[in-house]
Amino acid sequence: MAASLKMTWGSCQRMPWLVARRYLSATPASPPTIMSRFLLRLSQQFYDVEQFVTWSSTLRDRLVRRRNLFYGYAQQNYGDNIAAAYYILSVKGSFRFAGQTEWFRTNARGRFSYEFMSFPDSMIEDIDLSGTLINHNGLNNIVSQLQLRRLTLRGCPEVDGWFLTRLHVFSDTLEELDISHCPRVTVGALCALQHLRKLRHLDISGLPSVNNPGLVRILVEEMLPHCLVTGAEYSQGLEDNMQTNIEQTSINHPTASEARPRSEQSGLSSTERQGQMQ
Amino acid sequence: MLIYGRFPEITALSKELIGPTMSHWQRLLSRMHHFQAVSMQAQTVYTRILSHRTRHVSTGVSTRSDLLKSLELHMKNMRKKAAAALPGSDWSPYEMTPGLPPERVDILIVGGGVVGWSIAYWLKRKTRPRDSLRVLVVEKDPTYAQASTVLSAGGIRQQFSLAENIQLSLASADFLKNINDHLGVLNEDPVDLQFNHSGYLFVASEKGAHVMEANYQTQRYAGAKVKLLSPTQLKVMFPWINTDGVALASYGLENEGWFDPWTLLYAFRRKALSMGVEQCFGEVTGFNHRVHSVENKEMGRLHIKRITHANVQMPNSIEFQPVECTVVINAAGANSGKVAEMVGIGYGPQGMVKGTPIPVEPRKRYIYVVHCPHGPGMDTPFLVDYSGVYLRREGLGGNYITGLSPDEVEEPNSTNLDVDHDFFHEKIWANLAHRVPAFECLKVTSAWAGFYDYNTFDQNGLLGIHHQVRNMYFATGFSGHGLQQSPAIGRAMAELILDGSYQTLNLSALDVKRIFYEEPLLEKNIV
Repeated sequence: MAASLKMTWGSCQRMPWLVARRYLSATPASPPTIMSRFLLRLSQQFYDVEQFVTWSSTLRDRLVRRRNLFYGYAQQNYGDNIAAAYYILSVKGSFRFAGQTEWFRTNARGRFSYEFMSFPDSMIEDIDLSGTLINHNGLNNIVSQLQLRRLTLRGCPEVDGWFLTRLHVFSDTLEELDISHCPRVTVGALCALQHLRKLRHLDISGLPSVNNPGLVRILVEEMLPHCLVTGAEYSQGLEDNMQTNIEQTSINHPTASEARPRSEQSGLSSTERQGQMQ
Repeated sequence: MLIYGRFPEITALSKELIGPTMSHWQRLLSRMHHFQAVSMQAQTVYTRILSHRTRHVSTGVSTRSDLLKSLELHMKNMRKKAAAALPGSDWSPYEMTPGLPPERVDILIVGGGVVGWSIAYWLKRKTRPRDSLRVLVVEKDPTYAQASTVLSAGGIRQQFSLAENIQLSLASADFLKNINDHLGVLNEDPVDLQFNHSGYLFVASEKGAHVMEANYQTQRYAGAKVKLLSPTQLKVMFPWINTDGVALASYGLENEGWFDPWTLLYAFRRKALSMGVEQCFGEVTGFNHRVHSVENKEMGRLHIKRITHANVQMPNSIEFQPVECTVVINAAGANSGKVAEMVGIGYGPQGMVKGTPIPVEPRKRYIYVVHCPHGPGMDTPFLVDYSGVYLRREGLGGNYITGLSPDEVEEPNSTNLDVDHDFFHEKIWANLAHRVPAFECLKVTSAWAGFYDYNTFDQNGLLGIHHQVRNMYFATGFSGHGLQQSPAIGRAMAELILDGSYQTLNLSALDVKRIFYEEPLLEKNIV
């Protein structure tokens, strides 16, 4: 009974802020759905709907803040490594200790075993925080793990430039970084990665805030010469420009400003096409 | 609304303008019309419609729809007039000048730049209920053509020599991290500052190396994340730099970079307006004040002034509105000295406290946009050379922004914002090409000039209340780092006014009274 209530409460919590947050958050990602547009219209007409939308976004902010608290008690009483491990499992991530091959994960309901407590001196080498709500505050729990070699942040909605600048503490050891499909990572955020000189593999696929992925890939490769950058083809952005230019010259003489918005729009479709081909 | 009959008005209307409902009416009307046979032209149109069953046929005249349209217009006008005649409307037989400020406000902020709007936002944020405090922001120029905020390079750094400046900048960076939580307005687009997280790189010669090390200690102590680099480390990190003459470099690791100043100003303004701050476009031309004299044993007779009204003059007009206000905040940037003179600050015997003006004056600074095809890439920091030349990347197309603060004796004329291109060729290019050899071949594509609200006393901000004019607060004189400190300044001023003293950051070292005590608080790292 309690479990089913909790499930419905969870799904109730998720639905409204998913809708509200999509246009309240700083992402240029996908165009708003019919549901969110309808909700926006209603909230412009009715005070109570507006209050409801405000509450749902407040709840979402509170959830993000709760996921990014500093686990000071655990750090004080059990040490940095166990505190970091406990934090990663609490936000539904997974990790692997240095020198071990076994991954510590949570199950589908968010439950995990406390076996990691038997390794108080092992540092964490590999962290997977895909899909979690970690932001720059949550990094306070992880900065102690100075042997970190791989960090996966696939599809994290709260990872932005402020998060990536804080990764400079791992500049001596971090070798692989995956920030694909993070809606808040912009070109300015990618500039922060220049401290990571040991980086060997960087995945920047599917970044909606980056308008010209091919150019950005070239610039990032120039910035980090020993790093393999995946997820963006050189021709992305370039092909569309050529195509739109051909289309436009057949109608009338285009101006530069006309060509650019068209390429931005068709940039999305070309990445989809590329994704399908792959 | 089915009125039909003989109406010979003929105007051209296309079907698209009418819309589906109207075409439905039209079809109905046309059927009746068909039976009545009024106009041959219209009849042919309607028979064509009925026979071909097309929805969008624009064949010139159609009198029925035209009639209905004019009727709707008439009804709309009548409804408007009725609404204006009823009580509760704002119609008045006397013609009022649009855009006049209210006659009475609690707090009047002179200057609508980023500092002014930041203070307005924080004042409203700290007061409940919503309309308990009446705040008015008066801005002279709605186009912001000469405002320092929008003409700035937009950088934020913690590499100062004064602990208060470092703390202000850190607090502002914390504000910008969660800017949508602070300045997000419901149903409006979220704020996107376009922040580039690249860090400032200060390069010092032998002369300045010890100063840089001392500053580094202060910065680390205050919580800034800065790293010192030797010339070899600098060369490894940035291979495109020429380390000739470099003894030490200091590089900011976190919370430094540059952003779009317009976006921040607009975000503050939008949020403050949504919280109920009023705005007026006009120029403050004078203050009415009352004086009361106090006899003091040491200093003799003191004249304590209190501003009662501020005269706000409307643009392109001699009409002005005296606005009664309790507190006036001088956030007028480069014109703060002039605003202070309007209330009589600085008129008195030289050397006496009464005769000390507010030492803020506009200083012109040039910024040049250059294009260099083989320049450094995405890892370009905000490079500041020991000669004073600064450089930062702009966009991804090989464009850079560069400038230099001239020496005291070579200050350009500050009456207008014309750009002197020879300044680039004489002063900037040589130093730039020496530090970054790739810039030997470049092209100046554009340039602009802006004013620093330069504090000639010690180049640091002036905050706090004037001791002679007891209700004028100052938030000016930042000499080029007002934008990066504006969120924290706004909070500090709001605490000072509403709570009586600073609550989060102790900025009493930056108080205005240090001018009268002649205790300069020098900032060594002015760019």
